[in-house]
Amino acid sequence: MRGRVLVVDDDNALSEMLGIVLRGEGFEPMFCADGLGALEAFRATRPDLVLLDLMLPGKDGIEVCRLIRAESGVPIVMLTAKSDTVDVVLGLESGADDYMVKPFKPKELVARVRARLRRTDEPSPESLDIGDVGIDVAGHVVRRGDEVISLTPLEFDLLVALARKPWQVFTREVLLEQVWGYRHAADTRLVNVHVQRLRSKIEKDPERPEIVVTVRGVGYKAGPA
Amino acid sequence: MAKRRRRPLKAAIWPIRTLPQRTVRFVVRQIRRHWSRSMRLRVVATTMLLGLLVVLAVGTFLSFRIKAGLIESRQKTAMLEAEGLTKTATELFDRSVYSDAERQESFVNDLISRLEGPGGPELRGVSLLRALRSTQPSELRDRSSRITPSVIPDSLRAAVNRSSRQQAQITSLPGVGGQKGMPALAVGSVIDVPLSGPYELYFIFPLQREQEILDLVQRTLLLAGIGLVLLVGGVAYVVTRQVVTPVRQAAKTAEELASGRLDRRMKVRGQDDIARLGRAFNGMAASLERQIHQLEELSRVQRRFVSDVSHELRTPLTTIRMASEVIHEGRHGLDPVLSRSAELLQNQLDRFELLLTDLLEISRFDAGAAVLDIEAEDVREVVERVVEVLLPLAESRGSTIELRVPPEPCLAQIDSRRVERIVRNLLGNAIEHGEGGPIEVRIAGSAEAVAIAVHDYGVGINVDDLAMVFNRFWRADLARARTTGGTGLGLAIAQEDAHLHGGWLQAWGEPGVGAVFRLTLPRQVGAVLVGSPLPLVPHLGDPDEDGDQAGVEGAAEFPNAAAGLAQMLPEPGCDRPVRQRG
Repeated sequence: MRGRVLVVDDDNALSEMLGIVLRGEGFEPMFCADGLGALEAFRATRPDLVLLDLMLPGKDGIEVCRLIRAESGVPIVMLTAKSDTVDVVLGLESGADDYMVKPFKPKELVARVRARLRRTDEPSPESLDIGDVGIDVAGHVVRRGDEVISLTPLEFDLLVALARKPWQVFTREVLLEQVWGYRHAADTRLVNVHVQRLRSKIEKDPERPEIVVTVRGVGYKAGPA
Repeated sequence: MAKRRRRPLKAAIWPIRTLPQRTVRFVVRQIRRHWSRSMRLRVVATTMLLGLLVVLAVGTFLSFRIKAGLIESRQKTAMLEAEGLTKTATELFDRSVYSDAERQESFVNDLISRLEGPGGPELRGVSLLRALRSTQPSELRDRSSRITPSVIPDSLRAAVNRSSRQQAQITSLPGVGGQKGMPALAVGSVIDVPLSGPYELYFIFPLQREQEILDLVQRTLLLAGIGLVLLVGGVAYVVTRQVVTPVRQAAKTAEELASGRLDRRMKVRGQDDIARLGRAFNGMAASLERQIHQLEELSRVQRRFVSDVSHELRTPLTTIRMASEVIHEGRHGLDPVLSRSAELLQNQLDRFELLLTDLLEISRFDAGAAVLDIEAEDVREVVERVVEVLLPLAESRGSTIELRVPPEPCLAQIDSRRVERIVRNLLGNAIEHGEGGPIEVRIAGSAEAVAIAVHDYGVGINVDDLAMVFNRFWRADLARARTTGGTGLGLAIAQEDAHLHGGWLQAWGEPGVGAVFRLTLPRQVGAVLVGSPLPLVPHLGDPDEDGDQAGVEGAAEFPNAAAGLAQMLPEPGCDRPVRQRG
């Protein structure tokens, strides 16, 4: 049960090539060629990760991303030809965990896929508190009082990373490395968008965050427990 | 400095004005302002002034004519009357029988009272004066009734003495008891008085009625004139209003059009000239709007096209790239020819990708779609990152990179991705053209700006070429082999990036000596640069001297070198959208 990847892309050649590369790295690729069938295919295959092209016939990638995200926290990596901020942020806001700008190298692709599939290996029984929110790390559950807050794995990782070192201010670069697994990453937009998504789920008032606090000019830190 | 010193001096020389003077000056200024700004005021004022002149001329002419006519007719009757009275007097004197002076005295008294006639509104005065020409001794006194003899002008008396006929002249009666004086007509002739010789007999007819008529006429004329001038002014006001209102509306509409509200039109009524102007104006606006929309559409289509091309090219390129990578990975099992081919394919794909990226970046600038992603950053860190990345490449070419940074942070509001790209380009160029010599990277900050200068001691740049180094796909030497594989768009993009920040990217070079590229960025986005904290032209004699105090004026110290300056300044008013990172 490791490495089932659903590739949603209308370009057959690229799909096939992605398949070759993924298979070469030991993943199990599955394919869907249009936006309309993407959700069907997702439900039918229950993949561990979705590679989603942003421009699709039938239904565009952003819409597909939103639909999948509505029913699952599965890691989604978007493939896009446009690197403009507007396009990227739009994609990320629709729920994608990460994105790759075409053209990319196979190694890069594999690294990103691995990073998204790599789960916290040793589910050590650990309980963290951040603000009035409790995290059961092994059980992958976040609670405020009795209410369970549903987070995607990425959002969960982001929250855990902050909660484990509440005394530390994390720069966006450090978060990119710890949560996304980038070595020398440049794109801090990823962090900004996901912090906002996370806040919209766990903060009482996302406009005045108390759990994930911005440190101006530096980055983010966990709010006082 | 000189400017600052002069100012207080000037103020001291100026005389201090009093309040009324200032008020008058203010009023004059206001009037002058309105005069130059309001066509309506000018037209109305001019029309009224001209109307006033015409009315004055006509009024004066009329008043003179009426006065002359009145006097003429009065003179006619007066002279007839005087003639009759003179005749009566002569007859009475001829028939008189007095022998001594006493008798004569009472006779003359009777005569005078007869001559002056009964009292009434038009009292005539009578005066009997001894003729100037008389040589005969006489005891008869001069006498006058109702007037003093002094009202009879000397010229009239002279004329009467010279001639035997009746003479008339206008004179004026002095006012009596606070009353106004009035004009009068004096008619005189010489008669013979028995025993006493020639005497002048004058009749003075007051022109009171005539004066009253004249006064009335003049008052009427004045009132009519004022009314007329006001009427003319009013007419001018109404007429200009009819003309000016549509013109003002046209101006307002034109301003709105100019400010981008292309759907604005003038209201058109009727068929007159103004309506034609309105229709022509609206036609122009419609055509303008159509063309602008067409251009916008064209530009949108082009942007869309570029974006589509990007997507369409990138998808197959991704496939090719991955395929090439897979082949490249397995090249060790292939025969040498295939293996080398795989390598070439791989390298050229890298280059192709770079070129595609740069082309898209340029097209983004051309479309005005480039947006700054601003954050306050320490420029030193940005530069240090780039130097760290490029150091291995420099060392492989035998170059050293000497980084000279100030100890304090050089914070500026920049898009670090773009600034990093500029520095990478400049440093990459320095490595490529530095011929293995040392490369200096300097950073300096002033209150308003930060500057980064990259100096190499390589092939240098021709004066003629300096102006072209920022051109797209320009190459210094066509024969030179390209080694580091630049796309030829690097400096063009770097300059666009600098302009996007409101900054300068400038070059200096001398063949065989080296080249300097200096990037100057304002610390605050939107601030206008006035100078750079680093000199563009290096101190040739003493390259180790710190250039902090030299400023931009440094170029002027080297006239020859200054000739080799290529100042690539952004056009004024070239504002680009700036997005602040939240």
